[in-house]
Amino acid sequence: MNEILKNSLYFGMTVSVGSYLAASWLKKKTGWAVLNPLLVSSVMVLLFLVIFRVDYQTYNDGAKYLSYLLTPATVCLAIPLYKQLELLKKYFPAVIGAIFSGVAASAAGVFALAKVMGLEHEHYVTLLPKSITTAIGMGVSEEAGGIVTLTVISIIITGVLGSVIAEAVFKLIGITHPMAKGLALGTSAHAVGTSKALELGEIEGAMSSLSIAVAGLMTVILVPLISGLL
Amino acid sequence: MTLIKQGAIIFGVTMAGEILYTLLPFPVPAGVYGLFLLLFFLLGGLVKLEQVETVGMFLLDIMAMMFIPATVGIIESKDLLLEVAVPYMIIISLTTIFVMAVTGRTAQFLIGKLSERGKGNE
Repeated sequence: MNEILKNSLYFGMTVSVGSYLAASWLKKKTGWAVLNPLLVSSVMVLLFLVIFRVDYQTYNDGAKYLSYLLTPATVCLAIPLYKQLELLKKYFPAVIGAIFSGVAASAAGVFALAKVMGLEHEHYVTLLPKSITTAIGMGVSEEAGGIVTLTVISIIITGVLGSVIAEAVFKLIGITHPMAKGLALGTSAHAVGTSKALELGEIEGAMSSLSIAVAGLMTVILVPLISGLL
Repeated sequence: MTLIKQGAIIFGVTMAGEILYTLLPFPVPAGVYGLFLLLFFLLGGLVKLEQVETVGMFLLDIMAMMFIPATVGIIESKDLLLEVAVPYMIIISLTTIFVMAVTGRTAQFLIGKLSERGKGNE
């Protein structure tokens, strides 16, 4: 199978978009938050590759063009942000304060758990940037002496997990304000969480977009200050 | 024509972001430079909302799908991950919930404070 599909550039694109379509349909039919379309479609693609013995390389030769769209999509996060600018201006100190509390909570949480579990310094700094966007997180991890590949994996898992559990967490902890939901998603689960926030609403999406940039930059400053703690 | 123009503006700003990323020494990704560039252009009236909205909202609509290749790509490093899977999964799960809760609650608390103060001034 791999030999046949190797020559098809659009195989990766078809299987990705097709799985996403099927996963979105499943989500709509059941209404279950656990059936997050990104998670379900990724599992479907993975199963396809395993069952038909296709190399990831063969898949990614075509699918990588989908990833390339992430940069212009990130640029377009300016659109919801621009539309909600009045709200941002009005609550600016609250927005910055909330994002900072999340960045600090992330660092404190990783430190405490790494210490309790007796993780080595290398793994502690690998996990520190797990809540920020990949492009910033890779640099932070490398600078601090972490294992960059594992940082990237941790960031992706954090993003997917954050999107899956968001609605349950909001319900459980009583987070009802759309701004608070957006800030929580963007600060904890970066760009993947933001794609979830955009589903929830425009205010959620705008606040989450801003959180990617602000939380990312705060983490860049914070990590060198605390990487020596463990 | 409209869509081509929208695409040209969005790709142009993305390219400008990539050039800024190459020229400036800060650890800011190209997409984030582009985000602020586009925001400033919109604020300054250089780009109008209608000139980017259709294509822009389309890209945002399909953004989650763009993460599929990277998510599937975890399989390529499964050996590296399996060694540390248990502590990593525990730390990632707990801290993600923790960060979400702290950020959300702090936001609600501070927004409430600001709203109260706003009412007091009126």
